[in-house]
Amino acid sequence: MGVWQIVKLAVKGIQANKMRSFLTMLGVIIGVAAVIILVSIGAGTSKSVTDRIEGMGSNLISVNMRGSGSSAVLTYEEVMQWKERTGIKGIAPVVNGSVSVKYGSNKYDTSLEGVNDEYREVRNHNVQRGRFIIPADISFRQKVALLGTEVSRQLFGTMNPVGETVKINGINFKVVGLLEEKGSESMGSNDDKVIIPFSTAERLMTSIGVRNVYIQAESPEMVESVVAQIENFLYRKTNDEEAYRVFNQAEMLSTVNQVTGMLTAMLGGIASISLLVGGIGIMNIMLVSVTERTREIGIRKAVGAKRRDILRQFLIEALVVSGTGGIIGITLGIGGSRLLGSLMSIPTEVSLKVMGLAFGFSVLIGIIFGMYPANKAAKLNPIEALRFE
Amino acid sequence: MIKLVDISKFYQTGSVSFAALDKVSLNIEDGELVAIMGPSGSGKSTLMNMIGLLDVPSEGRYFLDGKEVSKLFEDDLSEIRNKKIGFIFQSFNLLPRLNAFENVELPLIYRGMAAAERRTRAEHALEIVGLADRMHHKPTELSGGQQQRVAIARALAGEPPIILADEPTGNLDSQSGVEVMEIVRKLNHSGKTVILITHDMQIAQQAKRIIRIQDGRIVQDEEVA
Repeated sequence: MGVWQIVKLAVKGIQANKMRSFLTMLGVIIGVAAVIILVSIGAGTSKSVTDRIEGMGSNLISVNMRGSGSSAVLTYEEVMQWKERTGIKGIAPVVNGSVSVKYGSNKYDTSLEGVNDEYREVRNHNVQRGRFIIPADISFRQKVALLGTEVSRQLFGTMNPVGETVKINGINFKVVGLLEEKGSESMGSNDDKVIIPFSTAERLMTSIGVRNVYIQAESPEMVESVVAQIENFLYRKTNDEEAYRVFNQAEMLSTVNQVTGMLTAMLGGIASISLLVGGIGIMNIMLVSVTERTREIGIRKAVGAKRRDILRQFLIEALVVSGTGGIIGITLGIGGSRLLGSLMSIPTEVSLKVMGLAFGFSVLIGIIFGMYPANKAAKLNPIEALRFE
Repeated sequence: MIKLVDISKFYQTGSVSFAALDKVSLNIEDGELVAIMGPSGSGKSTLMNMIGLLDVPSEGRYFLDGKEVSKLFEDDLSEIRNKKIGFIFQSFNLLPRLNAFENVELPLIYRGMAAAERRTRAEHALEIVGLADRMHHKPTELSGGQQQRVAIARALAGEPPIILADEPTGNLDSQSGVEVMEIVRKLNHSGKTVILITHDMQIAQQAKRIIRIQDGRIVQDEEVA
């Protein structure tokens, strides 16, 4: 008997017992939907964290000088000489500080970063209006500034700040650019800050030397070698491992991915249990169905059905129930995770892999839990089956 | 040709063994119309199951068309049943979820026949029993007589040489019974071996040979004029 024939027959059987089939399917539907929703939340969270880390700039390494005193800082020139080392694409020393910015009668306290022209590339910080810091700004200690979107909103509202003059700690700066909105990250908002040339910042903050440096490696493969070179250099300079810290974005990513991966697997595992329970429901109903249809099995055998024909028939019925449940569950799962994502503003991501996995799992459950009843049906003695009332 | 040699069938009930058939030997030639009669519990149903290959003997040998079939496995028996034997049951035994056509088609499906040929054969079988216009009715939408005629069409569809009918008129009113027997006789005329199991003398008398069975043994085997 052709498979298609049996599938049609199975669908007929399901239609004949709509309520029962629906309730049986419900177990699989809920199971599959739960797997997809929970895994999508896990995957979405993982992706949003990863995106934020990657948004800080690609192949990023950050160096923090933590010691006190003048020997514990680096000089700008010293840092820029690292450029000659292999594997380094960009270096962005940063001077940090807190400032108050004024425009007209509007005053706003924010953080300040003194940077060079490479910062833009290294930190992946784009400009939506105007221009970024250029080398000439640094050479001539130009009093120019770029505003983060939050600062611009506070001082200028919806007005275009480029070309205006603001007072930073009482000194006039010309706004030359508006940064692109980046959203917040673990290290604070990326939009609530002003950027000025490195040399100007040194003056303004009356700080000498560099405490923070961002370095961009040429490729992910180079990151490790660059970290080693920098650590080597810093150790030779300070003779104290505690005086500096070198952060590696890739390391951070892999830690985060490990944690979120575990979380996702755990959520998926919990949801899989409900899928398993759904499978037991299928087995239960299939056993009832085999008993109810004992006579049918007898008739089929009398007219020439072999064991494998009967086995296939009941197995395919179990598969149609679990497969249909799987498809409905996937649809519901996608809808559910979207709904949940927008209602609770949790990032969710349904991957094709998870959908395939959930569907495959539900089909597998149909096979596993359909096998026993189907086998029982196939082994029925034709005479006893025909005699069954 | 059907040839049974010393066929016995024992059933174990607790510690007591009971012989439903006791060394039954029987030859039925191709094209015969045989009635098997006996009171209930006489073993006639067991004999019919044995001849129909639904059951295997505990002892003895069964040759069907010269080939020994008493030692075969279930799936081999299914295949032979499918090709050589058509069953007609007292309670029709149609599948309630399938319509008349699909019921008739069933043995052809298990034979692995292509859909187009199945259609031709099933339609032809339904024409023979006069139900070409009821093809798409479910069994519940048909009268008892019509249901039995569908069952006959199902037995015919695979064109088996042997038809086994177990009390074919037992659940029918007399008019439908006459119609059904009319078809059965026609089948025999067309060359099929027909074996009727009945306790109704009127039905049995339509056969050319009557075999009486009692307590698992053949007690009488006579030709009827």
